[in-house]
Amino acid sequence: MKRVDHAEASSRFIAAREHVEFHDKRLWDLRQKRDREAEAIPEWEELRTLASSIKEHTLSHLGDYLEQFERNAIANGMQVHWALDAAEHNQIVYQLLRSHGATVLVKSKSMLTDECEMRPFLETRGIQIIETDLGERIQQLDDEPPSHIVVPAVHKLRGDVAQVFSRTIGTDARKSDVPYLAESQRQHTRPYYLKAGAGMTGANFAVAETGSFVVCTNEGNADLSANLPKLHIASIGIEKLIPRLADLGVFVRMLSRSALGSPITQITSHFRAPRPGTEIHVVLVDNGRSERLGMDGFWRSLKCIRCGACMNTCPVYRRSGGLSYGATYSGPIGVIIDPTFNLRKYSALPFASTLNGSCTAVCPVKIDIHDQIYRWRQVIAERGQLPMVKQEAMRMAGKVLASPKLYRLAVKAAQAGLDHLPRSMIYNPLNAWGRQREVPKAPKQSFREWYLKHR
Amino acid sequence: MNNRDDILARVRRNQPPAVALPEVPLFDGVVHDFKTNLERMGGEFLQGEPAALIRAKFPHARVICSATPEVAGNRPLPDDPKALADVDLGVVRARFGVAETGSVWLSEAEFEVNALGFLPQHLVVLLDPKAIVANLHHAYRQPGFREARYAVLMTGPSATADIEGILVRGAQGIRSLTVIAC
Repeated sequence: MKRVDHAEASSRFIAAREHVEFHDKRLWDLRQKRDREAEAIPEWEELRTLASSIKEHTLSHLGDYLEQFERNAIANGMQVHWALDAAEHNQIVYQLLRSHGATVLVKSKSMLTDECEMRPFLETRGIQIIETDLGERIQQLDDEPPSHIVVPAVHKLRGDVAQVFSRTIGTDARKSDVPYLAESQRQHTRPYYLKAGAGMTGANFAVAETGSFVVCTNEGNADLSANLPKLHIASIGIEKLIPRLADLGVFVRMLSRSALGSPITQITSHFRAPRPGTEIHVVLVDNGRSERLGMDGFWRSLKCIRCGACMNTCPVYRRSGGLSYGATYSGPIGVIIDPTFNLRKYSALPFASTLNGSCTAVCPVKIDIHDQIYRWRQVIAERGQLPMVKQEAMRMAGKVLASPKLYRLAVKAAQAGLDHLPRSMIYNPLNAWGRQREVPKAPKQSFREWYLKHR
Repeated sequence: MNNRDDILARVRRNQPPAVALPEVPLFDGVVHDFKTNLERMGGEFLQGEPAALIRAKFPHARVICSATPEVAGNRPLPDDPKALADVDLGVVRARFGVAETGSVWLSEAEFEVNALGFLPQHLVVLLDPKAIVANLHHAYRQPGFREARYAVLMTGPSATADIEGILVRGAQGIRSLTVIAC
């Protein structure tokens, strides 16, 4: 499989200047809103510690909690299926739709179904799928994957959406005001809720003690998808388990505050049993999660509640766009999850980071994200997955950094170089560090020179 | 081995060393105001006699479906949820509210037809001001969550900010949510 070249892919995003500037600003705005919410809650840090411990506890007893969830869900009247991988998941969903004679499926946003590439699988088998989340629908109609796990079309401007909608759902291409576009999608989507044979949701949490699952959304689409058709299918990754209802207090308080900077999602729904005369089918999906659980140094990535706070704060993500990662999960969380799916394909991603640690600082479940990014770099180097240029650069850097004499010479040369070299020598296609940024002015004196003079 | 047993065996083989489960406190430190938080989330808060307030606020509502005896609708609740598609206004009484977030708690016992919370254009929710709990920790200790087939914390109307972060209220579900304290 071809390696995803993040730097090359992001250069295409960076070329559209207006888009990058807006993207950067919009996501930083989400980060600031998150900060205001977090600061308004005196126990915020205590909540993070609780959330982290609850998740680590659950993962360390996951087998028992999965069985408890299954037992209670079945006792409530729901049906539970287990899928080892994406192919099995898609097959289970397809069989359910077929046995219920459903040919139209309304679904709310689910990263898991994206991860399983369910849509193309079902579409080639004659199922019409309507993504009902506005951002996800825009991406579906534009035949692009989501670029962000919470706001899937955040890389698009209103003009782009107007183009997509005029091409696909017949809006006026000249009209790009946002309420018009949102209203058009509402009018377009509503009839599908009434004619769909099945509805589908993901889940943010699955509660073992009650055998129920929780879906957090804002648009009303998940609850329309679940409460109108007679069949509701919910795809749930096995890491979504939590032990108790009381634990929801911790997670629901932090999820939307971390994601969008709002105290709670507009609609937080708890499904415990089907309505009389209808069915709820839960598909519990492994797809590499049990293997990740055994990866020393990486299993804590399974604590993730998919809030996207790490993406919003990441300087690399904000300026390169989610699509440049070439994976279902982008940004810092994607960087540490994606290599577990395919080390070679995603071996460039752990280098799409400055290791500044901002992702770790905002993570509501305290995943050691930037430490894991650094560990992935070591794994990738050990397994010989570094590209040639990087290997050579690292080999040289290793030599220079290992020898004080060589290092001092290099510092002197760099100082002289930055001061005296013509711009074309620094800002050229061979020097990636000179792209999109001004190289800082070199100080007149190195720290060592200063120290020798003043000690 | 079937899938289920296979997955459980893999999980158990790979589980990290046991970590203890902490208790979750109630965090009663901060006093939250229901009205302020509801309004922040785009909802409206009124006090008074519901029927009169509804007539004043929704003079053009043609079809009104009510799931509470305190307000008379002009069409009975249907058995088929799809029959709510042309309803202008739904009316329901919440079991309790949450001050921290401005949310109201509703289940199939309150809605009678769950889609009443989503398919009508507007929703009015009656709420006893004495039935407001302080925060989500208190909310998740309410017994309703263990009994309801379907329970929802609704906080303001449906909304989206998926295009350029511009907030649009009235995404796909209700366009407005009005809480009447009574």
